[in-house]
Amino acid sequence: MRLTCPLCGPRDRREFHYLGAEEYLRRPAAEAASAAWDDYLHNRDNPAGETRDLWYHEAGCGQWLLVTRDTVSHDIRKVELVATLKGGAK
Amino acid sequence: MFGSGHYSGFRVIKEALTGHKGWRPAWRDPEPQKSYDFIIIGGGGHGLATAYYLAKQFNQSRIAVLEKGYLGGGNVGRNTTIIRSNYLLDGNEPFYEFSLKLWEGLEQDFNFNAMVSQRGILNLYHTDAQRDAYTRRGNAMILHGADADLLDRDQVRAMYPFLNFDNARFPIKGGLAQRRGGTVRHDAVAWGYARGADQRGVDLIQNCEVTGIRTENGRVTGVDTSRGFIGAKKVGVAVAGNSSRVMAHVGMRLPIESHVLQAFVSEGLKPLIDGVITYGAGHFYVSQSDKGGLVFGGDIDGYNSYAQRGNMPVVEDVAEGGMSLMPMIGRARLLRSWGGIMDMSMDGSPIIDRTDIDGLYFNGGWCYGGFKATPASGWCFAHLLATDKPHETATAYRFDRFRKGLMIDEKGQGAQPNLH
Repeated sequence: MRLTCPLCGPRDRREFHYLGAEEYLRRPAAEAASAAWDDYLHNRDNPAGETRDLWYHEAGCGQWLLVTRDTVSHDIRKVELVATLKGGAK
Repeated sequence: MFGSGHYSGFRVIKEALTGHKGWRPAWRDPEPQKSYDFIIIGGGGHGLATAYYLAKQFNQSRIAVLEKGYLGGGNVGRNTTIIRSNYLLDGNEPFYEFSLKLWEGLEQDFNFNAMVSQRGILNLYHTDAQRDAYTRRGNAMILHGADADLLDRDQVRAMYPFLNFDNARFPIKGGLAQRRGGTVRHDAVAWGYARGADQRGVDLIQNCEVTGIRTENGRVTGVDTSRGFIGAKKVGVAVAGNSSRVMAHVGMRLPIESHVLQAFVSEGLKPLIDGVITYGAGHFYVSQSDKGGLVFGGDIDGYNSYAQRGNMPVVEDVAEGGMSLMPMIGRARLLRSWGGIMDMSMDGSPIIDRTDIDGLYFNGGWCYGGFKATPASGWCFAHLLATDKPHETATAYRFDRFRKGLMIDEKGQGAQPNLH
């Protein structure tokens, strides 16, 4: 499997570290109810099909990437830089 | 008694003398009834074991198992067949020891040859710190009634002289042995439970995919399937690998990600490894099947996936682990490899619990340890379904342990499924 990093181009899967689902970007406020934090930390949609998740280009540019891909076919649909997303982590 | 009758040596001789005309299919192929008291979703090891113990141990009836494909076609037919109870934590060890005890009596209990072979499992250690950790683990096992034996280097060498003892970085210093551990003929486990359940009146319904779960006023009323609606008073879900997909029918999100785990078999070799060996300096474990193939595997692929096939980096990682542990493995050719889909939970431990919907129960999150758990998982899930109380060895396997911070995290990794 290869991911096409927007900065580095197509790179082997070994260069990337997988974190998990996109919702890591939607962190609840510090004062949010514990149920919101529980849901954020522990529960996942875990879809069979299209998913969006976070990958870190560890052996490349060091950027966080938001990858749109298919969990059944392993097709990679889109790779975006998290830093340039609206409201994304800087 | 329905169907296939009692299997025995005497029966084999009798059938041989009468032209093998008395054998019958091992289970029926019934049409689904309109409703049942219990529906188990998932005709794998855990689902079939649940139905078997519900009928046999808890004297329940009007039970059906619904399977979207064929019986035993999922992870119970795709694993590396190891049984053991070498866990550290209080939430886990009593459960897995209960499971190992059930394995020991299983074949007599369900009257089927599952080739339960207590050939022993050996976890190697390579540093003083690792030895200390295994000492602690071994003591935890003994305290819970399991067997454990800390071996030194010479004792390991006497068992497996071909291992790479003098690897410059990871010399083998010894190992933690559990001699009651071993391997089991995995498909026969599904077949044995299926036949045992069928003989006790359980309807095993194959090619019947659940497409919805119906509820009314917070209570389950039945399931929609590819073969129509089937009513039920209680529904138990045992579909590890696909748990999130099935529970999405009732809008439940789970503390689970699905990940691929690969396994490998070499060409058939003469007898070489008589037990199970795990490497302590890399993720690699190996045993030898009765047909002679080396059966081995390693880590999960590391990212959320439902594809039943893996990627090259883990193939290489497993091969490197094997070469580092026993260099002679490089002479064997790989015959085949495959992948199975694991329910990777947030703490690496399973869930057997009620849900917020009355009559809907969940069994899943088995990570890559589901096979060895099959008997106890079935027993404890049947206990929960029949009595509405968790079995005494499964009291920690609750949904709310994440919210309460009561994780059962054997590896101490935190809430990160791909690291367990």
